[in-house]
Formats: sequence, C-alpha cells, structure tokens
Amino acid sequence: MGNKRVDEPTGIETVGHEWDGIEELNNPLPRWWLWTLYATIVWSLVYVILYPAWPLLEKGTEGVLGWTSRGELALEQNAEEARRAPILQAIAATPIAQLPLNADLMAEAVAGGAAAFRVHCVQCHGENAAGSEGYPNLTDDEWIWGGDLPTIEATIQHGIRQPDNGATRMAMMPGFGRDGILPPTQVAQVADHVLSLSSSGPANAAGAAVFATNCVVCHGVNGEGLRQFGAPSLNDAVWLYGGDRAAVAAQVNAPRHGVMPAWEGQLDPATLRMLAAYVHSLGGGEEFAAPPASTTTAPEVTPESAGTNGRP
Amino acid sequence: MADLDPVIHHSPLGDYQARRTVHPKRIDGPFRRFKWLIMAVTLAIYYGTPWIRWDRGPYAPDQAVLIDLAHRRFYMFDIEIWPHEFYFVAGLLIMAGIGLFLVTSAVGRAWCGYSCPQTVWTDLFQHVDRFVDGDRNARMRLDAAPFTWSKVARRAAKWSIYLVIAFWTGGAWIMYFADAPTLTRDFWSGDAATVAYITVAVLTATTFTLGGFMREQVCIYMCPWPRIQSALMDEHSLQVTYKDWRGEKRGSVKKAEKNPGEYGDCVDCNMCVAVCPTGWDIRKGPDISCITCGLCIDACDRVMREVGRPRGLIDYVTLDDATSEAKTGVVRPAWRNLLRPRTIAYFLIWGSIGAGLLFLLGTRTHTQISAAPDRNPAFTLMRDGSTRNNYTVKLRNMQSRPRTMRVSIEGLPGARMWTDDIAATRAARELEFNVPADQTASLRLYVIAPRGTGSQEFSFDLKALDAEGERDSVETQFQGAGGS
Repeated sequence: MGNKRVDEPTGIETVGHEWDGIEELNNPLPRWWLWTLYATIVWSLVYVILYPAWPLLEKGTEGVLGWTSRGELALEQNAEEARRAPILQAIAATPIAQLPLNADLMAEAVAGGAAAFRVHCVQCHGENAAGSEGYPNLTDDEWIWGGDLPTIEATIQHGIRQPDNGATRMAMMPGFGRDGILPPTQVAQVADHVLSLSSSGPANAAGAAVFATNCVVCHGVNGEGLRQFGAPSLNDAVWLYGGDRAAVAAQVNAPRHGVMPAWEGQLDPATLRMLAAYVHSLGGGEEFAAPPASTTTAPEVTPESAGTNGRP
Repeated sequence: MADLDPVIHHSPLGDYQARRTVHPKRIDGPFRRFKWLIMAVTLAIYYGTPWIRWDRGPYAPDQAVLIDLAHRRFYMFDIEIWPHEFYFVAGLLIMAGIGLFLVTSAVGRAWCGYSCPQTVWTDLFQHVDRFVDGDRNARMRLDAAPFTWSKVARRAAKWSIYLVIAFWTGGAWIMYFADAPTLTRDFWSGDAATVAYITVAVLTATTFTLGGFMREQVCIYMCPWPRIQSALMDEHSLQVTYKDWRGEKRGSVKKAEKNPGEYGDCVDCNMCVAVCPTGWDIRKGPDISCITCGLCIDACDRVMREVGRPRGLIDYVTLDDATSEAKTGVVRPAWRNLLRPRTIAYFLIWGSIGAGLLFLLGTRTHTQISAAPDRNPAFTLMRDGSTRNNYTVKLRNMQSRPRTMRVSIEGLPGARMWTDDIAATRAARELEFNVPADQTASLRLYVIAPRGTGSQEFSFDLKALDAEGERDSVETQFQGAGGS
C-alpha cells in the first residue's frame, strides 16, 4: 500500500493514501461492526425469500409466506364484519320502538346510521342532514309525516310518492292556480293569509275565506297541518320551498312534490333501522306514544379519558 | 505517481480489528467512592421507584410513579399529567437537554463518567467480573487460558449473574408502566400482556450484551453524545488531564535517583491504564475513550503518595488552567471555572424553564371545559322561529374523585339548552352533570335561542360543585338564523 507511514504526534499508522495533503489515520473499527453489516445482508436475503420483494413486469415476487397487504386488509375487514354481525342482528331483531331501551344498541344504531346516511342520503338531504330548498332539513323539529322513531323508519322504508310501493307516503296538493281552481287574485290573497298564520305578514280576510274553503281540510284551521295526509304545517317558521310571499304563492299556484326512494328492499332491515335512529338523533326527534323507560344515562366517556379509576 | 494507487485492494476484515477486552484493575479513592455512591443511588432509584406506594384515594392507582399508557395518565407522586399537558414532559426534556449543556460546559463529560446508564451498568458488570474471576491479572490469565471445565464453569457462573442482573433490569423497566405488585404476579403466572414479556426480553438482551460485552465500545463507537460534547466543551471545561509538563520524562524511582533532574514525576507504573474502564492511556491526552470517571486520578494519587511525590499528576484540570500551570507551575483551583458567563447563562435558562413549569404546575386547575360548535349545519331554524345550535362540550374532571359540575350559559339572552339525556322539555340555562373521577365527560348540548337572535359570542361557564368550587369558562359562537 503506497504511502503508509507512522504519524508522528499520535504514533498511529496512516492508511496509506492522501488527497491534497490530507491523510487518514488507521483507527480500525471493531470487527463486530463488520459482522453487523453481514447480518443485515443475511436478514435482507431472508426477507426477500419470505415476503414480496422484487417488482417484475406483471407482478412482484410473492414470497413464500404468501403475505400481501391486501390480504391483511381483507382479514381485518372480515374481523370487523364478524364483530358487527351480532350487533346488526340484534338491531334487526329489535323493533325500533324498543331500541332506545338498550342504550348501547341505540348508540351502535346511531353510529351505523350516520355511516349509511353518508352513502345513501347526503345526495339530497345534505351533509349532516341540513337539507336545502325542496329537501327537508332533518335536524329541526318540523316533520311532514311525523318525527318519532317508527314513523321515520316507515318513511324511509316506503319512500315518498312511490306509486310502486303500497305503503308509500302519498300526498298531492291540487295546482290551485294552474288547474283553474282559484283565480290569480285569490291565490295571492290566500298566500297572504298563509304568511299571516306564522305572523310573517298582515292578516288578509279575503285570503282567510279562501283558505277556509279550500285548504283547511288538509292544512287545518290554523294551518297546523295534518301529518296523516302529509300536509305540512303552515303556521311555523320552517318552509320547504321558501317562506316569502312569492314562494308561497308559487306553491299554491302549482305545487312542487318532492319524492324519495322507498329504501325497503334496497337496504337491509338493520340499515333502515339504523338510518331511522340516526335521523331521530339529530336534535328534532320526537318521543313516540310509549316513551322509553329511562333515558338518563351517564355522560359518554371519550376514548381520551377512558377510565383510570381501576388498577391498570 | 505510479505507486500512489488510490484504490485499496485487500480483505475487508483487514480494515477492522478484533476487540481487546478491557480488564480494569480494582482501585480505591475519592472518585471511586463517588462512583459507588452514584451507582448505589441511581440503581436504587431505578429498581426501587416503582415499588413506592402513594395513596390517591379509591379512583386512582396507588403507585407513586406510574406511566399509564393505556389510560394516558402519568403519575408522579402528587402530580398527575394528562395527555393535553404533555408540555410538562416536553419542558422536562428541554431541561434535561440544557442540563446536559450546563454540566458539559462546566465539568466536561461528568455525565459519561458517573451517571450514564451505560457507565453504571458497565461498572456493575465489571464488579461481577472481579467477584467471579478475581482482579485484572487473574482475569487476563483466565482469558488467555485454554477452555477447561473450570473455565467453562466460571464463565457459566459469570454469565448467569449477568443474565440475572439483565433480567432484573428489564423487569424493573416494565414496572413503571403498570401496578408493580400486580404485574409481578401476572408476569410469573403468565397473565401479563405480551408486550411486557417482549419488553423484558429485549431489555434483558440489550443489558446482557451492552453491559456484559459491548461496554466501552458503546461509548467509543455507538454513542452520539461524546461527539456532541466535544462541541460543547471549551477551554474552561474540566477534563481529566495528565500533566505532561510535570510527568515527563517518565522513569522509575530508581532511574530518577540515579539521574536526578532528568526524569519527571511519572514513574511509568501504568496504573492509570490498568484501572481505566475503557482501556485508555490518559497520558496520550484527551480522547473519545476517556469518559472522565477519575479512576486514573485515584490510581495515580495513590502511587504518588507511595513514592512521596505531590498528588495531582493526573487531575481534573481545564485546558486554560493546564496552559497556565505548565507555564507558571501554580495550581489553580478547579472550582473557579464553574462560575463563568456561559455556565451562568445555561443555568439561568435551565432554571427559568424549571421555574416556569413549577408555576404552571402550581396554578393549573383540575376543572376544564371546551366547546366545539357544529359547523354543518351551523344552525337549525325551529318551528317557532327560534334558532338551535349544537355543541360538543367536554367537561374535564382531573380530580381523582367523581364530581358534580354545573354548566351555565353566560350571555345569549333567552337561550336555554338540553342534551341527549336531559330532554328538551327540561331545557334550562344551567344544567348539572356528574363527571366520573379522573375522566372527561363528552356532551351534546343543544342551545336554543329565541326568534331574532343574531350571531354573537357567548360563554359556557363551568363550576365544580364541591368545596373547592373550581371554575372554567369557554367562549364560543352562536350562529343566528340570519347568517353572521
């Protein structure tokens, strides 16, 4: 080796080469250091044999263990499905009126319903069920067909205005102006009266007379609506198609009729039930005739804080 | 030049050397005793701390120091840290870092020499060597001896002791993460978590290897800290120094008597090398191998006493003092170097962080509220024209007992609220909740404000209904139906 020499101050031999006057002392590393390098090489060989490693044209080498990340995902998904199966079974087997009696099952149902809602319902009802014009807001306390759990479930099952479904929610309002039942002046008068029902406008005696003759059958004397017929209440602040004078008059003149699919048959019973539970939980859900025995449970405990009161 | 071949052709093994085992000789002296003391204290802290009990009442563990990862709580005597208070841990780590700066700039590699776990355990294992195989010379003879049954028996005995210590070390570690007596029982009955066995196995293996065999090589080849230290030290940092101006030229007492004036104080007895736990010869000067444990000072002082020469041929000296002493012969006291702008600055930074943490610790409350308004829908118009906003509100009870807390609306005239569990018919401006011990309760609060209420800020006030009556408040936004 060309230029080895002993460095004077340290007494250590140089490795024998120099770059622009810079030389390196030969302070060798311990041999085990090299063995660790060889060990990592052996490790990588074993890895290449056991696991997918080399990308080829069609697909990579597979490894003798047959492990794939997709396979692992499938395993995890199967495990999750197996975990859920009994819960879904229990939900499907519990009549929805009984569901709130089991707080845990109800919580599962609300969570499952929230997930299903995002897949099947947000297209019309919007993210978090906020609704928009023509698509009911499901978070408020206005319910055209009723807001207790069994009623919501029935609405989801049978849909709105689905002629093919025998139990569908069917309601039709005549086009009073379009069909020539009322002249335009009376349409305007009755619109004024409707607005006055919710104190949104001045009273209109002529409109009141028209309303009494034509509208009270479905919408009630004070415009309180009739859920049996799916006639919306007109004396509140919530308007599906807008609450100004023009929007109300337009609806009297030629009503729009929204539709919703009948989800029965498209979704399994457990999912339908969970959707109903979720919609009911959004803040406007109504109690039904036989209220649950007790709704007082301890506040939910977040994962962040899950108990430390016991011994680890 | 033809003979200057830059390419090296030889076996890679030639670039590496077999390790030369270090067999440090027994020595006694002030620094050795100091090392004993530090070792006893640190090992006692490490092995013993998890077994200290601390009564926190029925709702919290009674282990004085416990890192409860599963429940995300850190207990340290009277202090309990929640995950959101992790800045305390960050602060402690910063203090530890600056503490190392402070120690290094003042007393050099004192950490390496006395309190680094690698040093402490290496020292412990070297005592095991001495106990089983005898002192330096006996061990060197045994190393060189062929493998006989007696040597095999000795090796087996020694490694068994290594293994017991290593296992005990790994076992002590997991005790910090669970109730120690319970975990010990579970561990031996096979009921402990798998991770406990894996942790013990890994730490047993690393302790056995690093303490029993790797030893000084960890400091020399693996540890990054010595590399950083060399940047932190300056000419006023203490380091173990062989006073070559006094020691050279080396020669035995006999030689010195024959030729007075020719030889220095070093009698070339090699005691300093023999006692060195890393096998360094301090007379070659400072090196990454020197962890500044001071054992060579003990050895040299003893030899100097025996030959009737002044102590301190090897001593803790700063570079600055060494230069001055070499010139003037006056020994400057080393402690002067401790107080200088750099160390004072480090100390002030270190101390102010510590004071800040203590202040935060003393003033923190154990009652907190947070509120997150729903963003979508931002508001819901109700039938009667009132507006409802929904909030996710969290009540944090950091006391180790269940407490009743009262949440009230401050501001937002006419507003009332209810929850999933308190029906809308019972809506009120104040609601009471039972919050379990040491937990966070999460609530859905529905706040409804009368028709015409515009967007505005308001607060949820929280008051714990107990003797202390701790309070907290969170300001949040109410979104009116008219938009903001």
